[in-house]
Amino acid sequence: MIFIGILIVFSIIVMTLLGPWIAPHDPFKPGVGPPRSPPTSEFPFGTTRLGQDMLSRVLTGGAVMLQVAFLSALLCFVLGVPIGLFSSYVGGKTDKIFSMVMDSLYAFPGLVLAIAIAAMFERGVISMSFAIAVVYIPSYFRIVRSQVLTIKELPYTMAAKAAGAKWHTVLSRHILPNVIPSIVVVMSVNFADAILTAAGLTFVGLGVSVDVPDWGYDLTSGRKDLASGMWWVITFPGLMIILLALGFTLIGEGLSELTSPRLKE
Amino acid sequence: MSTIWSVEHLRKYFPVQKSFFERLFTRKTEYVKAVDDVDFSIRRGEVFTLAGESGCGKTTTGMLLARLIEPTSGKMFFEGKNIGMLRGEELRRLRRKIQIIFQDPYASLNPRMKIGKTVGHPLEIHGLAKGSEKGKKVLEVLGEVGLTPPEKFVDLYPHQLSGGQRQRVAVARSIILRPEFIVADEPVSMIDVSIRTTIIDLMLDLREKLGLTYLFITHDLAVAKYISDRIAIMYLGKIVELSEKTELFSNPLHPYTMALLSAIPLPNPERKRQTIELKGEVPSAIRIPSGCRFHPRCFAATEICSQQEPKLTLVGSDHFVACYYPGARPEQNG
Amino acid sequence: MSLLEVDHLTIDYKTRRGIVRAVNDVSFSMKKGETLGLVGESGSGKSTLGLSLVRLVPFPGVIRSGHIRVEKKDIVSLRDKEMRSIRGSKIAFVFQDPMTSLNPVKRIGDHFIEFLRTHTPHISKKEALKRAKNILDELGIPNERINDYPHQFSGGMRQRIMIGLAIALNPSLVIADEPTTALDVIVQDKILGILKDLSRAHDMALILITHDLSIVLERCDNIFVMYAGHQVEYGKSEELYRDPKHPYTQKLLQSIPNIELADQKLDAIPGSPPDLLNLPKGCPFWPRCPHVMAICRIKVPPIISLGSGHLVKCFLYGGTES
Repeated sequence: MIFIGILIVFSIIVMTLLGPWIAPHDPFKPGVGPPRSPPTSEFPFGTTRLGQDMLSRVLTGGAVMLQVAFLSALLCFVLGVPIGLFSSYVGGKTDKIFSMVMDSLYAFPGLVLAIAIAAMFERGVISMSFAIAVVYIPSYFRIVRSQVLTIKELPYTMAAKAAGAKWHTVLSRHILPNVIPSIVVVMSVNFADAILTAAGLTFVGLGVSVDVPDWGYDLTSGRKDLASGMWWVITFPGLMIILLALGFTLIGEGLSELTSPRLKE
Repeated sequence: MSTIWSVEHLRKYFPVQKSFFERLFTRKTEYVKAVDDVDFSIRRGEVFTLAGESGCGKTTTGMLLARLIEPTSGKMFFEGKNIGMLRGEELRRLRRKIQIIFQDPYASLNPRMKIGKTVGHPLEIHGLAKGSEKGKKVLEVLGEVGLTPPEKFVDLYPHQLSGGQRQRVAVARSIILRPEFIVADEPVSMIDVSIRTTIIDLMLDLREKLGLTYLFITHDLAVAKYISDRIAIMYLGKIVELSEKTELFSNPLHPYTMALLSAIPLPNPERKRQTIELKGEVPSAIRIPSGCRFHPRCFAATEICSQQEPKLTLVGSDHFVACYYPGARPEQNG
Repeated sequence: MSLLEVDHLTIDYKTRRGIVRAVNDVSFSMKKGETLGLVGESGSGKSTLGLSLVRLVPFPGVIRSGHIRVEKKDIVSLRDKEMRSIRGSKIAFVFQDPMTSLNPVKRIGDHFIEFLRTHTPHISKKEALKRAKNILDELGIPNERINDYPHQFSGGMRQRIMIGLAIALNPSLVIADEPTTALDVIVQDKILGILKDLSRAHDMALILITHDLSIVLERCDNIFVMYAGHQVEYGKSEELYRDPKHPYTQKLLQSIPNIELADQKLDAIPGSPPDLLNLPKGCPFWPRCPHVMAICRIKVPPIISLGSGHLVKCFLYGGTES
């Protein structure tokens, strides 16, 4: 399962990276083909209302999604994990306060919160990533915290303390390595969700600017086109989004299966 | 004969967690009196056993002596120095002399660290050896605990070892710093019966070789009989009887000890064992009975037992009991 | 009439890393009212054997071959529906951990009522409650506590409740899997006493599954010793105690402390417990056996009868001529 996921994600990444070279036409240039053309041999994915080649748009449109996915995951990891580690290790009032904050964030419906945050900043990849990160950090926090609370009480951690290890040694040598497997699983789910949320943000107009080819943007405009019978504008990018999200989800599922049975030993 | 530990009026109370509403309506905080005014001393080189049922406070006492938790009150003198409130760097230096072996061989080793790294870790922490010198010490210690050839075990992960082997690794880790004193918390309870003796004999061998002193914690009195020099029986946070091993088994004086010993299964179908029945069950450590905490269940209890707590008193040469009627026999029910 | 007949039973677990033969060609029988101690250490297969008698071997376990006859009826091939009517009413199973085996949101009385009415749907709630109270009496649990929840009882009490549920329908056989491992010695003594009393009072056969040889020597009529899924020795308790035949049994007896002996020299078995994924060829015990012979490393010994029901699986007693 995990291999299929990796294969899908990897192919899409490669495709997007090579996009500018392998795309038959400039994805943004209007009028490279007859406008509103359904899929033909010359334009296998059809053209948009402005005569842009859909195939080229699909080949290159993953860039924004991928950037947002990786950037938000990075932010989550860099912020969520240390806060989770610190808060649960220290415990007491500190832990209570952080938990309260995180729970409140967690209680918000993800997309709504992401929209609220993205709307505060200038449109673009960075603000989208930031918005998604804020939505997801509580999940990282929770997973890390629940793991740390358990591992903190396990004999091997106590043995390290009994040997005189300082708190940073205990955290880095004993707690963190055993928490990583669960983080990795959350991360893959994070990626998948980020893709879908990014599509949603673009859908409501908070995505990147118009001149960047983007699947999310095509979803938005494709929706309007659907009414006039132009099914190909929304379908192909939509399928790509689903495929990419599926790829990440498979990786996550495969990883969680890999990590749990071994722990059972 | 020198004393390595002298413990006086040791107490450890854990506050009971209250729910939000309870906190609003009640002022009083309740405590789990895990260790409630305990005195004893441990002689250098001996195996001193704390025995009793679950909840009696033996593990908590072990954690206190290993300074993994702090006492609520009382004094703990290790090699003459009160270590109860030590912090920071002083505490870290103390840790070189006091080590601990845990009960669960599966949870006491970091599953993501190779055996060699786990065993060498204490050396790293205290900056006592690096690189090849550390490697040499690790191999030496693995050989000392019987994991031969040591080179083979250094690169293995815990899940590749059996329970008995993992426990040997735990022992190796505890002796690499050449400590003076080791707390062993039920070290063989989770090991197959047929290999328990190897671990116990290993611990005894190491005592000879390295001049160690042990605090051995167990609920299994048969194991206690095999390994101990002196045994202290604990009940609900207090020591009720303390004596040299053979004396305890041949002449138990506290009613609880008698009942405990009478309940141990004998591996002999030809012997008919008579259990001394006790009334009721062990009460919660939050609501400890008045006077002698054992009196509600005791077959010899009288008025005074419910009013005043008996003190641990010397009644023989080196035999202590906390009871107003030591040696009382239960009446035979018809 | 024998109550239970196990005939060349073999149970495998199909795991990702290979096939684990948890129970390897086991045969024995039990009469009404008999107490059998099923003894073994890690990897012995005793729990799997116990679970198979109520057809509760967990996935991916499968009964590969053999028969289990309860009152002459083979239950291996029974359909689920028929098995469910036998489970609980004819054969009852008491699980190891009383903490997790009771439903925390159900009162004790309701546990009994539901159980009784599932198997005998025609009895009224009132009758079921009355029966529950009788059982609690027999187990030494005060009647007033019938409306309490599991968490209000101690570990020992919970185990008694589990036993009460097991005997509620007067089964002919009760299987108790490590019933006292999580309990202290005084409580353990009480629970085992209760089980033995119930067995005598109701003419109920009892199988005690445990790693603690002392318990079974004390309380069981017969003992069945398992190692790596094999039935290495079987016989009356007195006989196994006085004259253990299999090297494993001998070593096991020498390694358990007896507080009545002064200065006991305890023995241990060298080596490690068996790895069921990597069993050696031949007799599974040979790497640790002080009397190993050439043939032991090649062939699995046959089960040899030593008379008066005493069985051993060891080449020291025969089987070398083929």
